[in-house]
Amino acid sequence: MARAVSPQRKAMTTIVVYLIAFTLFFPILWTILVSFNSEAQAIDPPRVLDGSWTLENYTLVQERSDYMRYLWNSVVIAVGSTLLGIVIAIPAAWAMAFVPGKRTKDVLLWMLSTKMLPAVGVLFPIRLVLIELDLLDTKVALVFILTLINLPIIVWMLYTYFKEIPGEILEAARMDGATLRSEIVHVLTPMAVPGIASTILLNIILAWNESFWTLTLTTIDAAPLTAFIASYSSPEGLFYAKLSAASTMAIAPILVMGWFSQKQLVRGLTFGAVK
Amino acid sequence: MQSLTRALMGATALCAAATLAVAQDDPVTITIATVNNGDMIRMQGLTDDFTEANPNITLEWVTLEENVLRQNVSTDIATSGGQYDVVTIGTYEVPIWAERGWLVPLDDMPEGFAADDLLPSIAGGLSYDGSLYASPFYGESSMVMYRTDLMEEAGLEMPDAPSWDFIEEAAAAMNDPENEVYGICLRGKPGWGENMAFLTAMGNSFGARWFDEDWQAQFDSEEWANTLNFYVNLLTEYGPPGAPNNGFNENLSLFQQGRCGMWIDATVAASFVTNPDDSQVADSVGFALAPDNGLGKRGNWLWAWSLAIPTSSDAQDAAKAFIDWATNPAYAELVAETEGWANVPPGTRTSLYENQDYLDAAPFAQMTLESIQAADPTNPTVDPVPYTGVQFVAIPEFQGIGTQVGQYFSEALAGQMSVEDALAQAQDYTTEEIEAAGY
Repeated sequence: MARAVSPQRKAMTTIVVYLIAFTLFFPILWTILVSFNSEAQAIDPPRVLDGSWTLENYTLVQERSDYMRYLWNSVVIAVGSTLLGIVIAIPAAWAMAFVPGKRTKDVLLWMLSTKMLPAVGVLFPIRLVLIELDLLDTKVALVFILTLINLPIIVWMLYTYFKEIPGEILEAARMDGATLRSEIVHVLTPMAVPGIASTILLNIILAWNESFWTLTLTTIDAAPLTAFIASYSSPEGLFYAKLSAASTMAIAPILVMGWFSQKQLVRGLTFGAVK
Repeated sequence: MQSLTRALMGATALCAAATLAVAQDDPVTITIATVNNGDMIRMQGLTDDFTEANPNITLEWVTLEENVLRQNVSTDIATSGGQYDVVTIGTYEVPIWAERGWLVPLDDMPEGFAADDLLPSIAGGLSYDGSLYASPFYGESSMVMYRTDLMEEAGLEMPDAPSWDFIEEAAAAMNDPENEVYGICLRGKPGWGENMAFLTAMGNSFGARWFDEDWQAQFDSEEWANTLNFYVNLLTEYGPPGAPNNGFNENLSLFQQGRCGMWIDATVAASFVTNPDDSQVADSVGFALAPDNGLGKRGNWLWAWSLAIPTSSDAQDAAKAFIDWATNPAYAELVAETEGWANVPPGTRTSLYENQDYLDAAPFAQMTLESIQAADPTNPTVDPVPYTGVQFVAIPEFQGIGTQVGQYFSEALAGQMSVEDALAQAQDYTTEEIEAAGY
């Protein structure tokens, strides 16, 4: 039986939750507000809210940079690496969840341990390989690299979802004559759609925000929105308003996507936490 | 036989000239890596002038944050990636990269380039073994920028060449924390190019040095103790809150809002703090040379953002043509025509400081020139040292060592450790690293 909660307590909890949410969102909100101010206002916080808004920064950023090229590169790299990762991870997670071997747990931990390697440690080898293959500054290279980087997380997430699905259902499918391929494609995948969707969403966000590889392996042709933001950071000069405008333009697509898919994201992130 | 040889040589020369002419007309794209500084952005806006004169050359720009640019360019050159044809680098990198054979010498630039016109101290910092390896786009030293109105209220007059004692006196007199006006703003953010640029230059004027002639670290010297104690005391007593987090941009913002009585930093800031569009104190800013302690060295540095060509570039002729356009005296005229003389990149050429139009438009010009001339990268300290560089030590290991030492000094400023502990840790760390590097 659920415990009764007093209205005052409920109201207090709601206020605290809103306060935490506002605190977390405040840097993004401030970035958006600053982007509609002049540079002189941007460095003087009280003047940011004085009501004299301008679109000048967005106009200047648009004039100086080909935003659509950066956006397209980000979309291709983020979506491409996530989908490739999913295609590889579903069979891997299936094997680990339903046909575990003696070393499955070790393999899972080993996969995760690759995330602990500092990325810069493999920068030179990867760069040399890409030069050899003539793939430097290409989207194909980044799709493969980000796939490899995010694969452990994708496999782990899918493994967790698959573990929640009763193995008997798959056995029944097998008894009805389903091949391994149909078992995964027609039985397992439809049942795990919510988990797969949240994995896809989370990994698109991770790939969208990845900045080490996207900055070090690209120059022009494959440069995504992370490079677009970096180009507005200045060692000598105050360009906070333009930097904020560039940042707002870079995060807008992922912010909108996150807003519309928050239900799936929250479900995905809390899946299995409460039984 | 002799005439046949001459004929053959002539034919060869004609063929070479014809090949060069064809090569010059072939369409070529050059990729330029640069940072997002005001002068660089202005240059990007003016490139139509270059492409109209060189229709076969297309320019592609890659603008990156300073440290990312440094990492990307050095990785690209080291792996022969050939991604960049022109790179923007500083005075620190040029001699190190030139020694490794990473940069193309700029000895055969066109006549209009006027290499003799480059300021000697700036050109010296960009040369290695007698050859120029990068052409300066804009140069800077550091100087004192101060509020003339606050100095007047305090009943003080800033000398052209102040001492550190006077700076402390003036900081105390102008300090008014109740009204959010602080006596002095200085760099406190850790980093080899942040607080250590300032502190290394300041240390020079106190007689301190990073290493003696045998590459022994010198942070256990009395000179360093005097330097760091003075700096920590000055900022603690008369500096703004949060000083350990302040770098160039943070202090620029504070000064423009009228929160600093004085600011000792890059001369390039002069045009920002006197620009009425951005600065609330544009009409009341004065300039003076960086302070000294009467030991023959001032606390000013020397830096130039410069354009160089990596040896991995496959479009070196086009890259040279671009560098010639961007850094020869005619470029200053072009900027003056479109943006006004005050916006011409400063600190690189003697001819600019002989131009009355520029001197009239830029009240800080003379002090900038004197500051640059007062810096000597080949002889930066009171006692002799085995390295070059005023606010850095021109060895590859310095970025790592300088940043770590900067961290200790920033913690001392924040009160998280004593000055003595910070110096002791700096001494241990530097000794360990320099020995490991084999010096």
